[in-house]
Amino acid sequence: MRPFTRHRGIAAPLLRINIDTDAIIPSREMKTVSKRGLSAGLFAGWRYLDAGSRTPDPSFVLNQDAHAGASILLGGANFGCGSSREHAVWALAEYGIRCIIAPSFGAIFANNCVRNGLLPLVLDDALVRQLAAQVVKNPQQAQLDIDLEHCQVLAPDGQAHSFSLAEGHRQMLLQGLDPIALTQQSQARIDQHLAQDRQARPWAYL
Amino acid sequence: MSGRSLFDKIWDRHQIETQADGSSLILIDRIFLHERTGAVALESLADAGRPVRHPEAVFCTMDHIVDTTAGRNDNTRMPSGKAFIQATRKAARAAGIRLFDLDDPQQGIAHVLSPELGIALPGLTLVCPDSHTCTLGGLGALAWGIGSTEAEHALATKTLRVHRPRNMRVHCAGTLPIGTTAKDLILHLIGRYGAGGGAGHALEFCGPAIRALDIEARLTLCNMAVEFSAFSGLVAPDEKTIDYLRGRDYAPQGPLWEAALADWSELHSDADARFDTEYQIDCSQLSPAVTWGTSPQHATTVAGQVPDPARCADAGGRSAMQRALNYMDLQPGQAMRELRIDAAFIGSCTNARLSDLRAAAAVLRGRKVAAGVRAICVPGSSTVKREAEAEGLDRIFTEAGFQWREAGCSMCFFAGGESMGYQERVISSTNRNFESRQGPQTRTHLASPATVAASAVFGRIGAASELSA
Repeated sequence: MRPFTRHRGIAAPLLRINIDTDAIIPSREMKTVSKRGLSAGLFAGWRYLDAGSRTPDPSFVLNQDAHAGASILLGGANFGCGSSREHAVWALAEYGIRCIIAPSFGAIFANNCVRNGLLPLVLDDALVRQLAAQVVKNPQQAQLDIDLEHCQVLAPDGQAHSFSLAEGHRQMLLQGLDPIALTQQSQARIDQHLAQDRQARPWAYL
Repeated sequence: MSGRSLFDKIWDRHQIETQADGSSLILIDRIFLHERTGAVALESLADAGRPVRHPEAVFCTMDHIVDTTAGRNDNTRMPSGKAFIQATRKAARAAGIRLFDLDDPQQGIAHVLSPELGIALPGLTLVCPDSHTCTLGGLGALAWGIGSTEAEHALATKTLRVHRPRNMRVHCAGTLPIGTTAKDLILHLIGRYGAGGGAGHALEFCGPAIRALDIEARLTLCNMAVEFSAFSGLVAPDEKTIDYLRGRDYAPQGPLWEAALADWSELHSDADARFDTEYQIDCSQLSPAVTWGTSPQHATTVAGQVPDPARCADAGGRSAMQRALNYMDLQPGQAMRELRIDAAFIGSCTNARLSDLRAAAAVLRGRKVAAGVRAICVPGSSTVKREAEAEGLDRIFTEAGFQWREAGCSMCFFAGGESMGYQERVISSTNRNFESRQGPQTRTHLASPATVAASAVFGRIGAASELSA
């Protein structure tokens, strides 16, 4: 997995609350049994005037020249709620998004993010709006600088804002860890637990 | 030391170790897959050279993208759906896991199958790459939705690394009025506290109104815990749970059943358990609910009105409401009962069990769906379908003008194949009213099966109680 240590990039505000994973990638866009080839379907319902012909909707933020090359999204509360589809994260990552800043995230979505090298970064609502206001004046110049090592966002106005992230998620991102390999280091402990548990809860085993 | 909650007890028993990073390594008792994400997880695992460590604890069904029309086969209407079905079948066989295939008499929606076959049991941990896995909390199982990568982790190690959620309790006092259901209760809860109201919490439902619910209603209640952003929902098991599970295919038998009962008797929150957040609901004050907007939190009552965004204090909520009004083509103050519908849908892991179909059929018996309304019923599993047919419910549905389908997730969401129409207004027993969820620009109103059936008869949103009046 691609590690996330520090990232400076263009941000795009999408300050709606409850942006669900159906909106991030509609079910109809999940066309292959693969984690790739999904970015064209990203925000398809909002990004295109007509999903069939893929005519871009000029009013959608990611279609605007000012935000071309955006790698950071500024979102509303409960970002990524709804369906557990990891395709939402795969589509965002393939599109080039590295970090989403929002007041809160859907829990499954946030878990999916960290397992794919995307940083779900929580800042309070007023601060997200403040960052958006700074960014939109000149998105190509007014970039955000995100430092996961020190858990800080450097805003275009020069102010640094601290954030926190569950340490397990932070380490996974910083080191690009493979959680399965990590867990397999505890295999002896797992097997021991299983053996004891099988004695204690024989009814739970098939 | 204070007492422990039901959630604490299940969690502690499954915690293998705590990690330096604050997460816990949690033993996973059962894993359920489906054809939408199952093949991705299994293939990715196989590519990495990692076997499924305990295949006997893994199940897979075909529910998400299979057709629900009679005579269906692998050639689903969803573009490239066939590839998902066939890749899942191949991967499931290679991994040696139990697959409920298209022609299997037990095929159905994962969260309908796992209770009815006794795959989910009180006190077990169960995960599935599907957000509505929390449904199984209705039996007292700790069950939650995960992504595909986490599913690979669970398949390869029989564990997950999870950060422990906080404890929340919703005390449901009083008695639900006749005609008001678990669906109405959960829509009310989300409407009152918001779609993010349960974030970061494992949510236990308790109180006399919960004890009075049958198991299928408890499954409905917990199904929508994820729409409340909760980690999962839980109801403590009781005699109803035991009666429900006794003799089911994968439930323990003989001495193992006795051992299970002994264990389950401990599965309740201690009197002095501590909860981080507590809510109270007086269920006697509730009435049939329906959503007006594009989030489950946009809930009101069937007798209510479309709210006015101007009265919403929060700016983010206000703009979302305005956006939802535009999408749904509604004006503040409109009576919900005045809204004409184009279609009615009964189905999904929320409300397509036998009791749901019975409730809808009780409304439809001897009545007809209003002219111009397309009405569809999709049983939650092939078993539900057979049992409903044995009672003659299928005839009640079809004589009323409902289509009677094969089991699957169907038009709970639009995967590119069959859908509700462009800008059509649909009353639906499902769980999500998101933009374009049931079809391009489709306008979804969530409600209970009885309300869906009554609305189908009226051709507008309406409650079953209006019919008998």
